[in-house]
Amino acid sequence: MRLTSLLAWIGRQATALVALIGRAAQFIWSILTAIADLRTWVPLTAVQVRRIGVDSIPVALFIALFTGIVLSLQSSYTFSGIVPLYFVGVLVGKSIMLELGPVLIGLVLAGRVGANIAAEIGTMRVTEQVDALEMMAWNPVSYLVVPRVAAGILTFPIVTVLGLVVGIVAGWLTAIGLLDLSTQEFVRGLRMFYQPFDLSYPLIKAASFGAIVTTVGALHGYHTRGGAAGVGRAATNAVVISCMLILVFDALWAVILL
Amino acid sequence: MIRLEGVSKGFGANSVLSGLDLVVPAGSMLAVIGRSGTGKSVLLKCVARLLNVDSGCVEVGGENVGQADSHAVRRIRSRMGYVFQFAALFDSMTIGENVEAPLRREGVSPVEATRRADDVLARVGLKGIRNQLPAELSGGMRKRVGIARAVIAEPEYLLYDEPTTGLDPVTTAVIDDLMLGLKRDLGATGIIVTHDVRSALRVADRVSLLHEGRLHIEGTPEEIRNSDDPLIRAFVEGKSELWPEDSGSRR
Repeated sequence: MRLTSLLAWIGRQATALVALIGRAAQFIWSILTAIADLRTWVPLTAVQVRRIGVDSIPVALFIALFTGIVLSLQSSYTFSGIVPLYFVGVLVGKSIMLELGPVLIGLVLAGRVGANIAAEIGTMRVTEQVDALEMMAWNPVSYLVVPRVAAGILTFPIVTVLGLVVGIVAGWLTAIGLLDLSTQEFVRGLRMFYQPFDLSYPLIKAASFGAIVTTVGALHGYHTRGGAAGVGRAATNAVVISCMLILVFDALWAVILL
Repeated sequence: MIRLEGVSKGFGANSVLSGLDLVVPAGSMLAVIGRSGTGKSVLLKCVARLLNVDSGCVEVGGENVGQADSHAVRRIRSRMGYVFQFAALFDSMTIGENVEAPLRREGVSPVEATRRADDVLARVGLKGIRNQLPAELSGGMRKRVGIARAVIAEPEYLLYDEPTTGLDPVTTAVIDDLMLGLKRDLGATGIIVTHDVRSALRVADRVSLLHEGRLHIEGTPEEIRNSDDPLIRAFVEGKSELWPEDSGSRR
């Protein structure tokens, strides 16, 4: 009996997963076809750039600031007595640029931006505002989804670059303030293994994370059912799935690009 | 003309409409009454193709809505006005922007759109509120704004989803008068779905009862008032004891 229940549960989960993948594929296709509707989405993108990008800068910088401080202190603790201390600059620079900057900022924005998009579009869905758009012959995907996805792809890299700068500066100030390290030594470490690709790599990752967070948020909002509880579920699922996909794509980019 | 033939619609194992037939001649208004949860709103959404039917045919102005591609569906919808149950006003827009929204899609100039929005807002008795947000309005005012938005493009077809539900009797009378005035002036073909029998009998040319997925009976308001049909009597008189057991809501 328990085995039957277990099999039934696995079957249900598998069916739900296949349905979700099918819905996501259909949704992504509808986004791609809606891109041609420039007249609708281009004028609406500026507002989303402000809401998704500009408004996210404080929280992204806050994360980057403390990441830089902690990285500097932890690398000093790890290296002391074994590795020359200017390697603090190497570790802070490389870790923040290649991994922690884009991923931590991506995860935080998945919470802030992804939940916001899912809740906003979800509320519009359950209050029939999406149906009202359709009745006015607007394409809801062009109107609601494409401007957000475009803004996400555009602004996540910019916010991430600002975060990288703040993270590295925080690491540097910590190194010269709290550790026995000079600016010259820190910069020496920072430049030691630097390659131009170190800057392209986080930009590629951040743009992909922007696409993931906004698309997943919009997907869950767009298919919201069941009133306030449904909106809550949509927001939660959007954040959880965005975070998981960010980590999956982080690994994928490492395999492909490094 | 709006014509539905053998329309069925269900959600999972739950059948809502089962082989429903309906004809609304051009220029006339049909009220579909029925208990809550019988599928009245579903019927309206099938007409506007906000929901796809499982089987059957939906024709609006001679065009098969169910088989139309997305471009044709938008063209058909641009000839329709839809008044949503809870108005469905865009929260982020002012009242003026809400009412102008259908015109902006049609490429009407901003000056002309503003003029027409002011006219239609005055017509629904809401002059001077164009800069307010939907959240600042009462339920009755929101419904009137919803009607203004639905009629600003002077549609050939008007679909009203519970236009008077939840309103006080005075506001209900105001909305009824508004619907009568619009019917007279626009000559639109329309469907009102409601469980407000008094409003239905006052505004519509014909009234029909939706029961167990089909239209149970149809007649003029006078015929419905004088009908001996037990379901009609139960509904019109609001007597649950007259309603057959186990034949209420299907959802």
